[in-house]
Amino acid sequence: MDLLNTFLIGVTAGTIYGLMAISMVLVWRSTRVVNFAQAGMALLSTYFGYEAVTRLGSFWIALPVAMIGGALVAALVEMILIRLLVKHSTSGPIAGVAPIIATLGLLGVIRSVSAMIWGGQDVRIVGPVSNDGFTINGTTLVFSPLKLLILVTVLVLMLILSIVFQKTNIGLALRASAHAPEIARLSGVKVDWVRTLGWALSGAAGAVAGMFQTVNGNGTLSPDSIEFSLLLVSGFIAAVIGGLDSMIGAVIGGLVLGLMISFVLMYVSSGLFFIAPFVILLTVLFIRPQGLFGAKAARRA
Amino acid sequence: MSLNVSNLTVHHGAICAISQVSLAVPTGKLAAIIGSNGAGKTTLLRTLSGLKNPSSGSMMWMGEKIVGIKPEALVRRGISHVSEGKSVIPELTVRENLELGAIWRRNAKESKESIDQVVSIFPRLGERIKQRADTLSGGERQMLAIGRAIMSKPKLLLLDEPSLGLAPLVVEQIFQTIRDLTTSMNLTVLLVEQNAMGALKIADLGIVLNLGKVVAVNHAQALIDDPAVRAAYLGY
Repeated sequence: MDLLNTFLIGVTAGTIYGLMAISMVLVWRSTRVVNFAQAGMALLSTYFGYEAVTRLGSFWIALPVAMIGGALVAALVEMILIRLLVKHSTSGPIAGVAPIIATLGLLGVIRSVSAMIWGGQDVRIVGPVSNDGFTINGTTLVFSPLKLLILVTVLVLMLILSIVFQKTNIGLALRASAHAPEIARLSGVKVDWVRTLGWALSGAAGAVAGMFQTVNGNGTLSPDSIEFSLLLVSGFIAAVIGGLDSMIGAVIGGLVLGLMISFVLMYVSSGLFFIAPFVILLTVLFIRPQGLFGAKAARRA
Repeated sequence: MSLNVSNLTVHHGAICAISQVSLAVPTGKLAAIIGSNGAGKTTLLRTLSGLKNPSSGSMMWMGEKIVGIKPEALVRRGISHVSEGKSVIPELTVRENLELGAIWRRNAKESKESIDQVVSIFPRLGERIKQRADTLSGGERQMLAIGRAIMSKPKLLLLDEPSLGLAPLVVEQIFQTIRDLTTSMNLTVLLVEQNAMGALKIADLGIVLNLGKVVAVNHAQALIDDPAVRAAYLGY
């Protein structure tokens, strides 16, 4: 039973990390920027969700509110900050690094602003269903209706996202702009607009990850909570394990990470909580520097 | 004259890539632009398709000024650019690469009809329609790149070195197809080529660029017969 428990907890956490990783991949693919502010943006969106759930009382209304809020924040960040930085930092020693450092700064700004508005005390988001574990043959699992719901919802969202990417013109424009912006422009794709869209989708995905990470934990939310640090670290590591450029890679990276952490905590030591993800990251980078799903050759930027 | 360029000057930073270039191509004609490496051929095409901004001069297409218009807008006016080095997206399938060319038309039915048209021109692409573009041979990639341009329903086709890196037999095929397309679709074509002889043979007129300046413009056949051009660019 322990084994099943550990597995299911790992998978649930893993899908949330996978979703966070997807949101980093979406940003990387559209602007070639590693966005350290991603977890900050997810945090802000989760506060939007908190406001909605407090006023309207329904998690299922709060979730889309958080997603739309996250999408808008991300779109604004891309249009105002990133577009300018990418345009102006074409030469000099910090050229390629400037946007990345800017996202680190943004993470700090978002955390401070969130602390000013919502800080002081932990706020609480109540999940839509119970987080008390299922009971099978008298044994109570940690795996709960809430975890099941998270698992199913995240998988459905990933399915929708992959259909959008593979089967629609918008998806084709997103992929073409990611792989070859110049050819996309010559084909009539408005690449600037598509980039903003990529960020918006990323913001929405991050919002869902933030909401679920909160209710999957103890339900409380604060700008410096361990849940969000874990989301930042795990989302980033899952994305890198997956090759940073691949959505499937991000999902699998998330699952690998979720399962490893879960098993390490259960069978090795709970003291390794924050060390395990980095050990996994380093191991993957030693064996396959391009990530599990990354292309071998360095991609033209 | 459907395409009219006058006194066009383009800089790469401080370096002047093309200087005071003037040329005109009538509707339905194929113009070969030849010249050695660094003559400014590619820069000229990139400026015409909006990828690069000129420092001065004017460009007119069908009577309208096109300086300063973005590539994604110029496609909508009928200008399609196949850039240097097999301009396809390797990560996408053949069908997706083709669909990309028609994406701005937002019309699934027309896009499908255009795919049928491209496949009838290049049957090989039909056989490989579901494969990723990186599984194609060099010749097939060039067909795909031209196919993608056709998907945009172009009136002006800008081709940058379609023969680059291809086997001689394949080059001949591609050139013949370009010639046929020009006639059958009444396209205006600018064909930039290192393979000067091959390009001039199928062209109506030839333009010779050297160090960013136009040094000769004439009927293609006249250029082939010109001893100076022969010595400098055709190698005999």
